[in-house]
Amino acid sequence: MTVELQDVAFSYHGMDSPVISGINLTLDRPGLYCIVGPNGVGKSTLIKCINKLNKPTAGRVLINGWDTRELSLKEVARYIGYVPVTTFDVFSMPVIDAILLGAKSESKWRTTDSDLEMATRVMKMLGIEDLAMRGFNQLSAGQHQKVAICRGLIQKPKMLILDEPTANLDVKHQVYVTELLRGLAETSGVIVLMISHDLNVAAKYAHEIIVMSPPGVISKVGPPEEVITEELISDLYDIECKVTLDEGRPHVVLGSARSI
Amino acid sequence: MSEEGIPDDPLIKDVVRKSLGIWGAPAEDNRDDTTNSIVDKYKKYVHRKWVFIVVCIVATVAVLLLALTVGDYPLTVGRCYEIILQQITGYQFPQGRESLEASIIFDIRLPRVYLGILAGIGLAAAGVAMQSTLMNPLADPYTTGVSSGASFGATIGIVLGISIFGVPAQYTTVINAFVFSLIPMLVIIVLSKLRNGSPTTMIMAGIAIMYIFNAFTTLISLMAEPEKLQQLYRWTVGSLAMAGPSDVVVMAVFVIPGVIALQFLTSKLNILSTGDDTAKSLGVDADRMRRIILLIVALIAAAVVSFTGLIGFVGLVAPHIVRIFVGPDNRFLLPASAAFGALLLVVADLIGRVIIAPAQLEVGVVTAFMGGPLFLWLIVRKNSKVWG
Repeated sequence: MTVELQDVAFSYHGMDSPVISGINLTLDRPGLYCIVGPNGVGKSTLIKCINKLNKPTAGRVLINGWDTRELSLKEVARYIGYVPVTTFDVFSMPVIDAILLGAKSESKWRTTDSDLEMATRVMKMLGIEDLAMRGFNQLSAGQHQKVAICRGLIQKPKMLILDEPTANLDVKHQVYVTELLRGLAETSGVIVLMISHDLNVAAKYAHEIIVMSPPGVISKVGPPEEVITEELISDLYDIECKVTLDEGRPHVVLGSARSI
Repeated sequence: MSEEGIPDDPLIKDVVRKSLGIWGAPAEDNRDDTTNSIVDKYKKYVHRKWVFIVVCIVATVAVLLLALTVGDYPLTVGRCYEIILQQITGYQFPQGRESLEASIIFDIRLPRVYLGILAGIGLAAAGVAMQSTLMNPLADPYTTGVSSGASFGATIGIVLGISIFGVPAQYTTVINAFVFSLIPMLVIIVLSKLRNGSPTTMIMAGIAIMYIFNAFTTLISLMAEPEKLQQLYRWTVGSLAMAGPSDVVVMAVFVIPGVIALQFLTSKLNILSTGDDTAKSLGVDADRMRRIILLIVALIAAAVVSFTGLIGFVGLVAPHIVRIFVGPDNRFLLPASAAFGALLLVVADLIGRVIIAPAQLEVGVVTAFMGGPLFLWLIVRKNSKVWG
């Protein structure tokens, strides 16, 4: 599985300047890739360009060499799973049904035993099997997030894209989910691409870090120890910081913000 | 597959190893107690949905038989049953009493019940589709302006005597209502193709078109003669008394294939109701799917409205009532609502026919009188969380 972005730019309807531009990125090895960068820099816009949620206004995206413009959403969905930042359903399904939407067999009339077994398995991975029959809207934000991750996993994608999957999770689960995603990448050959605002979690678990900076460009890609430097972090976020090493991985100690 | 690189944490190691089953390698725990319990609970949950559907269908058939006996001309259940059986076996009814009774059943009472069933099925199923498609609990089959278009069509037919396509006078209202009811939907579909087709845009466009049509309708009604105004008003309230046997066939041609088509799209509807991004990431082209569903709904609603007038309430509330019992999975919600909608309309029409006999109360009024309190009671009693 390879994903290649060539000179990708995207601008929203009616906006003069593009949100992201000149994006070149190749992901051809399984691994956990973390995108970091300040708010509004175009991280979510970028990941949505990969699976056609956004149609690039310039450049192209190739999945295994195929231009996504030639692929239907259905074909893209066969390779790429997507976990959005927050989800809330108008009509509250039981958790298990919400997860099964990700399983392709859901398009059939009947939900089979093997569908249910599969759903149970992903729920167990996230530790939410007790919530199986609970209404989706009765859950907390963190639990929503876990359901969304389950829905992404049950798609069995070759590439999993997650928009801030740890945003609403407690510290234990932030670490747990990130470890889990790394484990998946390594054992199942999945390319996991996630947006993260926690630099230390990203630095500790990511194989590679993708840094986005204004005005919507990728400024650096590489392993955490090369990317996470005091200079880069303080420039990127306009904040004082110290970077130390913890078991060979960089660790960011934040100072105070310089300006707003 | 190697375990190299799995973090040392035994919990993670265990979880990842189990997860390998998902990507094709054999899973460690196929059916443990937790899985069995979830599978059991889920099956019971599905079973309850089937029970609800079957109960609604059985009740509708029972009410149908009862409805045949009610009217100015007294007929017992047994006699009705006998006549239907005779008709099926090809019995020639002799002139006189028997032929009159057969005619009462097959030309008057049965078409009316069939019309109620078809209208109930169509409106409730269309309501489910609209609420899920537009992700809005207040959506109903008329949200895209179907009713305002139909009212305008009926008004120019009844008040001004304008008949498009020059059809004979008795069909004017039906054809006018049908044609004009499709206009708002076509405008919305064109708009959503030109600009973005988000649910909110569609609802707002529907409201805008509704106001435009309503303004014209009001303007024309202002100059109507009193008797025509009364005729128009009767149409607006919604009634099953207006249609005959051939109308039932025409309505069925639109409603039955339409509802079947929606049923085939229910799993896509489920995905659509989770939002556009999730839907697209699961391979469903949300904008295109919404237009297709809107078109089907508009055809169903137009067919129902043209023959029965504006029967409100069923399309909005039947799906909500059924959601309390069946849950929001459209694969079950749609047929269950269709069955419940049919039952609701047939019962309402029956009550309307007997409650102030020999006069009749229009079905649109009765559904609202009956359904309103029922719905309120369910909201309080069930304290349901299905609406979020």
